[in-house]
Amino acid sequence: MKPRHILLTGAMAVAANMAFADCMNAVPVKTISNAFPAYEIMTGVMAGCGNVESELDKDHRLKIVDAFSANPSLYSMTSLTNSTSVPMIDADLLRPLDDLIAAHGANLNPHQFIEIDGKTMAIAAFANTQHLMYREDILSDLGIAVPTTWDEYIAAAEKIQAAGVVDYPIGHYMKDGWNLAFVFVNHYLGEGGEFFNADWTPSINNEKGMAVLERMAKLGTLMDPEYLVSDTTFVTKQMQQGKIAMANLWASRAGAVNDPAESTVSGKVVMAAGLRGAERIASTIWWDGWAIAKNISDEEAEAAMKLIVAAMAEDVIQANNDDAIWLAKGFVPGAAAKGAFDTAAGDAVPYPMNKYIGSMHSALGSGLAAFMTGDKDAATTLADIEAAYVSDAKEKGLLK
Amino acid sequence: MKKKTFAIFVGPSVFMMVLFIAAPLLSVLWQSFHVTQPVYEQVEVETCTPGLLGSVCTTEMKTRPLLSDNGKILTETTFVGLQSYRNVIEPEKLRTAIARGSWRDVMNIRFWSALRFTLVFTILTLPLVLGTGLLIALAVNNTLQRIKGPVIFVSLLPFIITPVIGALSIRWLFLGDGILTAGLEWWLDRDIAMFAQAWTIELMMYIYRVWHVAPFAFVVFYAGLQTVNNDAVEAAIIDGASRWQRLRYVIIPHLMPLVIFLTLIHLMDAYRVFEEIVGFSASAHVISLQWLTYEFLLQDGTGARAISRASASAILTMIGIAVLLGVPLRRVWREQRAS
Repeated sequence: MKPRHILLTGAMAVAANMAFADCMNAVPVKTISNAFPAYEIMTGVMAGCGNVESELDKDHRLKIVDAFSANPSLYSMTSLTNSTSVPMIDADLLRPLDDLIAAHGANLNPHQFIEIDGKTMAIAAFANTQHLMYREDILSDLGIAVPTTWDEYIAAAEKIQAAGVVDYPIGHYMKDGWNLAFVFVNHYLGEGGEFFNADWTPSINNEKGMAVLERMAKLGTLMDPEYLVSDTTFVTKQMQQGKIAMANLWASRAGAVNDPAESTVSGKVVMAAGLRGAERIASTIWWDGWAIAKNISDEEAEAAMKLIVAAMAEDVIQANNDDAIWLAKGFVPGAAAKGAFDTAAGDAVPYPMNKYIGSMHSALGSGLAAFMTGDKDAATTLADIEAAYVSDAKEKGLLK
Repeated sequence: MKKKTFAIFVGPSVFMMVLFIAAPLLSVLWQSFHVTQPVYEQVEVETCTPGLLGSVCTTEMKTRPLLSDNGKILTETTFVGLQSYRNVIEPEKLRTAIARGSWRDVMNIRFWSALRFTLVFTILTLPLVLGTGLLIALAVNNTLQRIKGPVIFVSLLPFIITPVIGALSIRWLFLGDGILTAGLEWWLDRDIAMFAQAWTIELMMYIYRVWHVAPFAFVVFYAGLQTVNNDAVEAAIIDGASRWQRLRYVIIPHLMPLVIFLTLIHLMDAYRVFEEIVGFSASAHVISLQWLTYEFLLQDGTGARAISRASASAILTMIGIAVLLGVPLRRVWREQRAS
């Protein structure tokens, strides 16, 4: 595609979204959000209503607590997830939305609301999870059944590796830090593990933790050896370029792997439920949505609410049906959403919404790489991570 | 100069240095001995979150910070002495590792493995930067007058590039099937993964740093070469000194103050190595002391930071630089006193 075409398509996409927006906005509103297609669509619609300034930033979570603590808040609204909602709610930086929903939110689904003690603090736009994406052609050529558990997945990957039809049988977001830790979190939950004892001391140094590490090491041998720098985007590209045959990937990328504009294997990738561990599906359910700042005028909050409603209008969702697992009205689950729905219909649990998991996730993020590179054995790794969690949680005042 | 005039001239800059250097340093020092924590309470909270198939409501005990009257999170600060330093350097682990006589165990403690890399990085790149800089300076000094300008410009380019951008562009040349990796694979006829093991990443970081900083050494040496006394060089030629002897006994002694200046600057800069770790995504294999500080400062998933350990780690980095600078500084000081 020539640059001019890209520009043109981009302009058309914005224009298309603007055409849907049945809204006029007179009050200046500023938004900050994560940066991926679903948010580009919603902020695009908001821009069409006028007087909206949007900032899309992958690292928005590092800004929002400080930005919303200011009075007046530097942004009128922000995107929010299970995890980023914790510090915002703790510091009381979000405006309860019940009155605004009563006035403007008749078109929203009640199951979009995030309620804390009966007060609605945020409105989810879409859900996200991780599930299997596989090359239908390769699996059927080799006569491999679609795997449903991680053990079957590894067995299938070994067959694909032996057949040598792709560079590497699988890809996985195992980038050092948050991603690598997230893989452990999902697998540990899949094994039925509990991260904490009743007094919030850590409990990962056990058989389940060892089983997870063993599996992660096994997965490492089936991937591009540079997997410690591979994040979700990297895996998406591996899939799009036909370098891998299977991946357990974020549902938000299901559209991209089959997008003919980006993918050389479009139409060949099929979605299936997340893979099971010993106890349950080793994936977590996330919600993604919007929340409005507490420290802004009522007028601005009302304008922000109207924009949120406009961005989730039925015609917007219908026009962008395959770009996310929308929770708003108008969504018809298609082939791209199949994996996510099967995962949710299974027994996958939500990513925990508490402060301790933040500290645990960091400790895992800096402690796991040494195991993957072979510098530490599994037992030492888990013991060191528990120690790192304790010292971190103590410094943050979470443990005595 | 009268005392008063002196004070008026120096005053503004002293004020700025106190405000922007001394005060923040003192505050970091203070924070490294204290811990500030929110005051938490346990409350039962009912939470409803959206799932794909409908809302999921749970009631559980949550740890929530107390808010003060003005709506801010209530915090309390306690003096913890050297606890944060202990948490960073983990002396007990170090002791057991040494008792076991296992270098691998020492390297599995984050601080010590960061210190190992930082020191090796600093000390290994120093002679390479000085040597490469001097070589380029000598080469440029001997090129034709006509093309000197363009040659100097091209030699300076790596230094002009923003460090992170430079590191990223080199990373892209090698990452996955990047151009250079693909080229090497074609040439050597084997599969190469530059980012799969520590030593290749470390090697790329050393090469990158030398590539990036050598132009600075070059500019300084080049300026120094313009001040070399031609009479001394000519006298050496008449005495039958070879090109190497002239360099060794006339030019390098003349440039010695510049070598010390560059050494000081390089030790300070290289000990704070950080961009390379980010640019080459090295953190899984090698980390530096600055990266360690950054890791403590980074918000976790729920927005909390480990400020005290970050401060302790920053102070330790400063102490490290001071120790390293001690050697060349003492030499300068002795020379100053001698003259």
